[in-house]
Amino acid sequence: MKPAGPRTLIDKIWDTHAITGHDEAETLLWVDRHLLHEGSFHAFNQIAAREATVAHPELTFGIADHYVPTRDRESPDLDPQIRGMIRQLDDNTQRHGIRQFGLGDARQGIVHVAIPEQGLTLPGLVMVCGDSHTSTHGAFGAYAFGIGASEVAHVLATQTIWQKKPRRMRIRVDGELGPGVTAKDIALTLISRIGADGAQGHAIEYAGSAIRALSMEGRMTLCNMSIEGGGRLGLIAPDETTFAWLEGRPFAPQGAQFAAAVEDWRGLVSDSDAAFDREIVIAGAEIAPTVTWGTSPEHALPIGEAVPDPDAIADADRAASVREALAYMGLQPKMKLTEIRIDQVFIGSCTNSRIEDLRAAARILDGRRAIVPGLVSPGSANVKRQAEQEGLDRIFQAAGLSWEDSGCSMCVGMNGDIVPPGHRCASTTNRNFRGRQGPGSRTHIMSPAMVAAAAVTGHLTDMRALLPEASR
Amino acid sequence: MKPFTSLSSPAVPLSLANVDTDQLIPARFMKRPRSEGYGGFLLHDLRRGGAGDTSAAVLDEPRFAGAACLVARRNFGCGSSREAAVYALADFGFRCIVAPSFGDIFASNAVKNGLVPARVAEEDVERLLQNESLLAGHPVVIDLAEQVIRAGNEVVAFDIDIGWKARLLNGWDDIELTRAKCREIDAFRARDLIERPWAAPSNNRPD
Repeated sequence: MKPAGPRTLIDKIWDTHAITGHDEAETLLWVDRHLLHEGSFHAFNQIAAREATVAHPELTFGIADHYVPTRDRESPDLDPQIRGMIRQLDDNTQRHGIRQFGLGDARQGIVHVAIPEQGLTLPGLVMVCGDSHTSTHGAFGAYAFGIGASEVAHVLATQTIWQKKPRRMRIRVDGELGPGVTAKDIALTLISRIGADGAQGHAIEYAGSAIRALSMEGRMTLCNMSIEGGGRLGLIAPDETTFAWLEGRPFAPQGAQFAAAVEDWRGLVSDSDAAFDREIVIAGAEIAPTVTWGTSPEHALPIGEAVPDPDAIADADRAASVREALAYMGLQPKMKLTEIRIDQVFIGSCTNSRIEDLRAAARILDGRRAIVPGLVSPGSANVKRQAEQEGLDRIFQAAGLSWEDSGCSMCVGMNGDIVPPGHRCASTTNRNFRGRQGPGSRTHIMSPAMVAAAAVTGHLTDMRALLPEASR
Repeated sequence: MKPFTSLSSPAVPLSLANVDTDQLIPARFMKRPRSEGYGGFLLHDLRRGGAGDTSAAVLDEPRFAGAACLVARRNFGCGSSREAAVYALADFGFRCIVAPSFGDIFASNAVKNGLVPARVAEEDVERLLQNESLLAGHPVVIDLAEQVIRAGNEVVAFDIDIGWKARLLNGWDDIELTRAKCREIDAFRARDLIERPWAAPSNNRPD
């Protein structure tokens, strides 16, 4: 029975999936899609120890992405631990009758890129995966969140999950975005304002005209980074953009069932008088191309600004944290962001490796040469094929960047693609934590076009100066 | 899961905020089975001087030997969902983490592994981090039933989700709790298949 009164989109999806009553400290929710990657071996070991079976293999999907190499996949020199993890995923999915998009599959890719491509992500679903960036799927109006290995085991065994209902936060971005300003810039601007824990305990609904104007790729980028602001998840109400993107995809409803589904999905909006626990409004015009300078995604500033000066910060704890970040990053207070020289670039990850991202980077790189090395890892085998059909691979390679296969790659230092100690990488990823891209690595996160601009200039650069229209 | 009622042990003061799960266990150590133990990799790069930083070397100070409690600043365990971060803490010997706030996924993972994520006010954490008894390595007491921390003469209250508290105190197992709801799950599923026929993948036959 649905509760009376106005409800948010978050409430509506929650109510549709609640198995136990609303009076309990935690609610048992039904899970519509469970996504697995190689790191799921801990969970499979847990269910094996219980001699449990997978309750709903038909709602469970495996994909190899976190540990897979992006080059020389067939090499006999492949790290035996990595080879073992990939084999474990093969064995576990096979044993339990779970469909897997494995290394040899034409649909393989990063889970949060390849799964939506297949039409497995739909509005109104509850989706989980043992990966914090599962919030990406919220772009479709799904209630999607990351879980740990014990919860993965629980979902495997029961197709349900115990959850405490989060508080509701709405973030409105109104008005038009300026030229070259992307969903990545919205995310970084937002996180810099609310802090890395600003949305803790909340589910976020993104709304407003600037959000509506985003493509599905842009929406995925924005929802992906909800976790960097501390959010449990982020989602966007589905609309015509969503429905058009989904229609005809392999696992999406087909024909008359798709039309019927769309009718249901149109109701997945927050009621006009629904109350949120917290509301934040940002004007789209205030957002500029943004980069991180420190060791947390909250350490982000518009490209035209300078590195902060800890001596000018009154709060002692904050000043100390800025000082530590600058020391790790090898930066001087007050230096202009555009003076920060880089050693390499990375374009990829579940945040920014879709076709639109690659096009944006290629637009800057076309006819130019990178003066630092770099790696481009498309988000899926499908994205790779499409990019090659469009000739984007040739633009990247002509610029001097390497064009590789799909995987989490340099986003997380666990698969062979790493940034050496002390090296500075301009990256399209989502986390600039210390050592995230490898021990001692220094990461600056930004949009794909901003990474491309850094590649051709050798330092952090405002990509707007390199847009084709800027030279007219 | 082993029930948690209270513990008495030294507490390690980790005066860091935003300790992310990449710090708690760097990704390169996560390819091994749990049986090999993850404790040695806890905060590896901040204990071993990676990039010249030893801000977590306090974990190895003799006065805190046998510590089962860790006190840290805000947003502890932010970042990735890797449960290996909790395995590293548990395998090192920790059973309680005290901080003003936690990454949402981390806190949930902690409870699943019998660790108490004890949420205290920022000013109380600062008091604990400067508490002479705690800094001398004397035992602190964590009382889950009463939701208090005792360090020398200092008594600090902590918050914890009511459902998590019940699970920890009783050592309840999530899967067993859920299996007790199998009738409700079956009824839900039957109803849901009718109400949302589009929710099942349309094409999920073996290749």
